[in-house]
Amino acid sequence: MIRYNKILTTVVFTFAAFLALQSCAKREAEIKVGEYGSLTGSTATFGISSKNGIELFVDNLNVSGGIGGKKIHVLVEDDQSRPEEAATAVNKLIAQDGVVAVLGEVASSRSLAAAPICQNAGVPMISPSSTNPKVTEIGDHIFRVCYIDPFQGMVIAKFARNTLHFSKGAVFRDNKNDYSVGLANYFSEAYKGMGGSIVGDESYSEGDQDFKAQLTNLKGKKPEFIFVPGYYTEVGLIARQARELGLNVPMLGGDGWVSDRLLEIAQDALNGSYFVNHYYENDPNPIVQSFVQSYRKRYNATPDGLAALAYDAAGVLTNAMQQLLEKDSKAFEALSGPPNLEQKTARTKLTALIAATKDFPGVTGRISLDEHRNAVKPAVFLGIENRAYKFVATVEP
Amino acid sequence: MQEFLQQLANGIAWGSIYALIALGYTMVYGTLRLINFAHGDVYMVGAFAAYFLARALGIGTVTEASPLIAAVVLLGSMAICALLGVLIELFAYRPVRRSSRLTALITAIGVSLFLENFGIRVFGADPKFFPQVIAPRTITLPGGVLVTNHQITVVVVAFVLMVALTLFIKRTRTGKAMRAVAFHRDAASLMGIPVDRIITITFAIGSALAAAAGFLVGLTNPKIEPLMGIMPGIKAFVAAVLGGIGSVPGAMIGGLLMGISEYLVVGYISSTYRDAIAFVILIAVLLIRPAGLLGKNVAEKV
Repeated sequence: MIRYNKILTTVVFTFAAFLALQSCAKREAEIKVGEYGSLTGSTATFGISSKNGIELFVDNLNVSGGIGGKKIHVLVEDDQSRPEEAATAVNKLIAQDGVVAVLGEVASSRSLAAAPICQNAGVPMISPSSTNPKVTEIGDHIFRVCYIDPFQGMVIAKFARNTLHFSKGAVFRDNKNDYSVGLANYFSEAYKGMGGSIVGDESYSEGDQDFKAQLTNLKGKKPEFIFVPGYYTEVGLIARQARELGLNVPMLGGDGWVSDRLLEIAQDALNGSYFVNHYYENDPNPIVQSFVQSYRKRYNATPDGLAALAYDAAGVLTNAMQQLLEKDSKAFEALSGPPNLEQKTARTKLTALIAATKDFPGVTGRISLDEHRNAVKPAVFLGIENRAYKFVATVEP
Repeated sequence: MQEFLQQLANGIAWGSIYALIALGYTMVYGTLRLINFAHGDVYMVGAFAAYFLARALGIGTVTEASPLIAAVVLLGSMAICALLGVLIELFAYRPVRRSSRLTALITAIGVSLFLENFGIRVFGADPKFFPQVIAPRTITLPGGVLVTNHQITVVVVAFVLMVALTLFIKRTRTGKAMRAVAFHRDAASLMGIPVDRIITITFAIGSALAAAAGFLVGLTNPKIEPLMGIMPGIKAFVAAVLGGIGSVPGAMIGGLLMGISEYLVVGYISSTYRDAIAFVILIAVLLIRPAGLLGKNVAEKV
């Protein structure tokens, strides 16, 4: 009996040790990176495009051997397009899954909800496309690879004033959305500074279905254009309802319009309107073309600006990891090790290397991060005609 | 002035939808003294039923359907929701009918949460875009007011349904039985009225009207999502209280007033108060005239 027990114990222990070793070995072979985004909800295409972009980059990297033989494992969490869920998602990624870096979000409100958690945990976070300046002001672990709203607002104001020669504009902003309010303010300031006047300023809330009351007011003010710094779902509905009220002036918008569903919702209502994007898919630059082709091949869709930025965010992060491997291979090892003090130091080093990103050749242009951890990049103007986008201009910062 | 008329016209179209939903609240309250908080979610299911029916009948977002198909979609979604209303009554409310009113109220909230999360699980959380069952056209009314044929459809369909409902309640045997149950359930039962069946019919009609509202809102504001029923549900409830809960014409007037006041608040004050106005009205009604505009002040028998 005793002997049986002994044998059994030995077997069980050996088996357990084997399992433990195997899981250790598996864990050490990969670096865990977290991603949070709106895979569902009112801005679902933002999250899906971003996820595709990141997936494309990371899978290509892993196929070609990863970084120093280690694969990147991206853990994705859905935040349902809600800021409070974004905070929960990032908490889970850091506390439960033990990721060493976080990628996300698109919407500034959601990035603002999650960034303090990354900052406090000492985990670097790279937002692909949140443009509100407050996002990176949260702390030295928060980065972005896109331009910021003061620039975006200024560019749109310039376009309205100098290119389209409009002198009377109206603003229709989403009051519950940090991005929209910020961009509306930067735009108005810049536009007034150029001698234009804002004849009407109305607001709505994300999730509203009906905008006719505000649009009726705006119509009475007789603007030459309406600036709508919102997200695509509402923008599409606003455009339709404006046309139904006989308000036929062009609309201008920011990168919140970027979605393949925009024109599906708006149908013909946005013809003659313009918005700002981060890149243009027909850009002859070979980096852009190879990205567009491999994206199309894999997802059977044309990548939008947000997919391109997410691709670049993954690029900037893994580029910093590559540099860590070259400069401090011990710290690099710690990234895939257990979550101890050593890993914390490694994360700090990784953060410093992200901050030092210079001239990274991205799909959306060369990325260099300034002292406020923002990228300085050109904006791309697109026009809408007959339910199709056309390239208008690239505006350098 | 033109602006004011425009706001008024839009408010009436929007208010017709509230009125249709409010009718369901008021009918159920009249017969059961139950505030059916799941009613707003039945309206959501109605919109989705219409969405899937229209898609099944081959209406894309671009191609226009014939009026016949539009009617099929409308009636189909009304039938689906009538069935849903019957099921809700049978499985959720009937078992607790003899319990306290609080139990029934909490059950109603449970049904509401169930339908919302069922919607998220089955239909998906991302918004869907309602097919163009009727192609949009803009029509100029006297005074330079622009309305769409959708808005006119909304008002006309809502009006027809309300008249039909009033006639049904006033002129038919079943309607008479409904009024009897509303007046005194036990006495009605003693007179040989099949109370259970009448209550089932009440739920079926109320839910069908909510489905009609769901279809109409999909037509004018083509974005539908599983949580779309919460706010309109609450506002229609306020509309029913405003008109005098239990009163059918009261629900119609209350709904129209809610729609118009919402438009005027957004148009002349601020969109921030869009939802607040409903509660301001609710508080005002409860303070000034708790029975509502057309409600009768009935002393509670103790």
